[in-house]
Amino acid sequence: MVDVTLWAGLRPLADDQKTLRIEATTIRELLRKLEAQYPALAGPIRNQIAVVVDGVIYRDDWSATIPEGAEVFLMRRLAGG
Amino acid sequence: MSFDAAYQSKTFNSVGTRPLRPDGVDKVTGRARYGADFNMPGQLVARVLRSPHAHARIRGIDTSKAEAVKGVKAIVTAADLPDLTNGNADLFAILDNCMARDKAMYDGHAVAAVAAIDEKAAKQALKLIEVDYEVLPHVVDVDAAMQTDAPVLNETVFTTGIEPAPTSPSNVTNRAEFGHGDVDAGFAKADVIVERSYKTEQTHQGYIEPHACVANCNTDGTADLWVCTQGHFVYRQNCADLLGLEVSKLRVTSSEIGGGFGGKTHVWAEPVALALSRKAGRPVKLIMSREEVFRASGPTSATSIDVKIGARKDGRITAASATLRYSSGPYPGMWAELGAMTSFACYDLDNVQTVGFEVLVNRPKVAAYRAPSAPMAAFAVESAVDELAHTLGIDAVDLRVKNAAKEGTKSSYGPVYGPIGIGPTLQAAKSHPHMSAPLGKNQGRGMACGFWFNFGGQTCTDLNINADGTVTLAVGTVDVGGSRASLSLIAAEELGIAYDDVKAVVADTATLGYNDMTDGSRGTFSSSMATISAARNAIKVMCKRAALTWDIPLEDVYWEDGHAHAAGTKHGNRAPLSVKELAAEAGNTGGPIAGHSELVADGAGVSFATHICDIEVDPETGSSRVVRYTVIQDAGKAVHPSYVEGQYQGGAAQGIGWALNEEYVYGADGRLQNPGFLDYRIPVCSDLPMIDTQILEIPNPNHPYGVRGVGETSIVPPLAAIANAVSNAVGVRMSHIPISPPRILAALDGNG
Repeated sequence: MVDVTLWAGLRPLADDQKTLRIEATTIRELLRKLEAQYPALAGPIRNQIAVVVDGVIYRDDWSATIPEGAEVFLMRRLAGG
Repeated sequence: MSFDAAYQSKTFNSVGTRPLRPDGVDKVTGRARYGADFNMPGQLVARVLRSPHAHARIRGIDTSKAEAVKGVKAIVTAADLPDLTNGNADLFAILDNCMARDKAMYDGHAVAAVAAIDEKAAKQALKLIEVDYEVLPHVVDVDAAMQTDAPVLNETVFTTGIEPAPTSPSNVTNRAEFGHGDVDAGFAKADVIVERSYKTEQTHQGYIEPHACVANCNTDGTADLWVCTQGHFVYRQNCADLLGLEVSKLRVTSSEIGGGFGGKTHVWAEPVALALSRKAGRPVKLIMSREEVFRASGPTSATSIDVKIGARKDGRITAASATLRYSSGPYPGMWAELGAMTSFACYDLDNVQTVGFEVLVNRPKVAAYRAPSAPMAAFAVESAVDELAHTLGIDAVDLRVKNAAKEGTKSSYGPVYGPIGIGPTLQAAKSHPHMSAPLGKNQGRGMACGFWFNFGGQTCTDLNINADGTVTLAVGTVDVGGSRASLSLIAAEELGIAYDDVKAVVADTATLGYNDMTDGSRGTFSSSMATISAARNAIKVMCKRAALTWDIPLEDVYWEDGHAHAAGTKHGNRAPLSVKELAAEAGNTGGPIAGHSELVADGAGVSFATHICDIEVDPETGSSRVVRYTVIQDAGKAVHPSYVEGQYQGGAAQGIGWALNEEYVYGADGRLQNPGFLDYRIPVCSDLPMIDTQILEIPNPNHPYGVRGVGETSIVPPLAAIANAVSNAVGVRMSHIPISPPRILAALDGNG
């Protein structure tokens, strides 16, 4: 089980919850379950998302593993120069 | 990701050396081909008609007279670029920015374009295009645009991120909030509170090479684009989406690039050139003039920021807050959000809150600029931290050391940090000779810290072993700062061959798999990871070839020091086979030898820097001069130290220009007053001292060689470092960037 913190803009799409508890061992599994539970998150998950696992930002590698009890944040996908 | 990117400590032979870059001779002799240096038979010249109004409804466009001009082959308007964006707001903003549809949103917004046989005919035609404008009220200032009586740019925009949702439209597109703890309780515990408002003006990335491309649409549906870009695969996708082309039928080749810094990360004129070519049936070259570059491409946000920091007498910060307002041009952005995320990222804070507001204004569409949004936020926060140090009577470095983020700190934007490098940069600053050097008359010293995220991304690389044993490395990340040299060093290191035996090229979109663009400080970080992976795959092939050559089992072959070796003595002490020897026999051992890699390079790791600056101010004229500047930053591992230093120096130079001189100046009519390098002054060599650098090497655990991105963080601290230096020199807190001579004189006169 991991606690996933959503950025403020996502919360209205997930029943106004800030933190969700999800059973997942990879980012892909996490996002799949999030989308199944809260279909409104599908759009942001497709286009806007980065996932932070224990301080490391993942923009694309959805195969990355999530250790038990890891700190997980959903952030907006960053722009760079 | 199958490739194991974990850091492995090793001794390097090639990495860390400083050979000449492979593109250097062509660049200094003028032979390098940039965006405007490509030509095709029968090529037409394109010119763009731009709005003279800051905000105007387009009631109609009559091109009939222009079409009658001899030599004109095609004219396009928004009608030739129908909306195919399918509800994708970001893509629609790019489309509308390329060619205005219902309204011109800023001075310089494209409204039509002409392709003709020569420049004279194109210019003549532009004059004959009749646009029926209904001029609308405009607003260009970020604070003014937030007022309730401001002209609303887009009636469909309702601020998101606030509860309850607003019922009327405004120029504020989004509110984003970050932080943790209880800032009110934290401020109540403070012995000292500093509070101030700051402003920064809009600047341009100032790349020396204007946007330029040659587009050619063929009758069979295929098309080619030669273009100056930071990401030709992204440009291919943008153009295919906007023009309804099949991705595989559009081949994009990136030219050499004369600077981008974020300003060449999405399309501006390229879809227009393709649309003209499609209509004319001939190749079209489109080059933006410098004036067009200023009026219609790239700038960063103008900002207005309030900062409040409270601390105990011992220097420990008890609470910090900031409200950040960033202009985004006429389309929504996430620039204030990035400012809100990065503003206090250097610090370990129990109570912190940041709020960012994205604001529409009648200025060009904002584009990323090197660590986008972070320099302005750092200017405000690091100025406040400096003021706090003065107020408390604590050394500016010591105050930051006391409050610096470290491993285990909950960052101000949310996640807990892993191993991070701000502490070492501060310690290096503390012990650097610059910090203790004496200052002269009218001189002041400032220092500041900066943070940027960095990221990696999708990356694809091919490594081919040629018949003579030399290596061709095909990468898909555009080389903006010497990455072909760095990647050649990586390939040489991994294969155990000489740097001169590797030739790195940037492949076009038809010959390599998709690559994200060179942004987010990712070019060398990502493509070096893919190069290591490709080289290791080539080594696997070479070990198989050695096993075939020797007729021994593959498991008895290993690779070391650039050679295949037969393990142990059971195979008769065979002489190792070099890359050249294996390549020479390739035709008879299975054909060409190559290594391929496709991967996602995540785990770039966040980045920190500390800068020190000495400024001398002339109190009579208000002019200022940077007399000494030092950059200290963690590179993880500096693959080619000269080009790491170049990134540090380049970021500092751009930050110095931003801090002291650069500024978009608008008239009351909403028109840009200074679209040229004479009136928009970027620093030249004679304006700057030698910028000293200190490279720290704290390995990135998520890269085999420990490499971190280095391209962006160096522009984050300079605004604040310079503001602190000038403030210390003149004894007045400077809170408005650029700190130009008139602003310094006003401050000295008590009107700052």
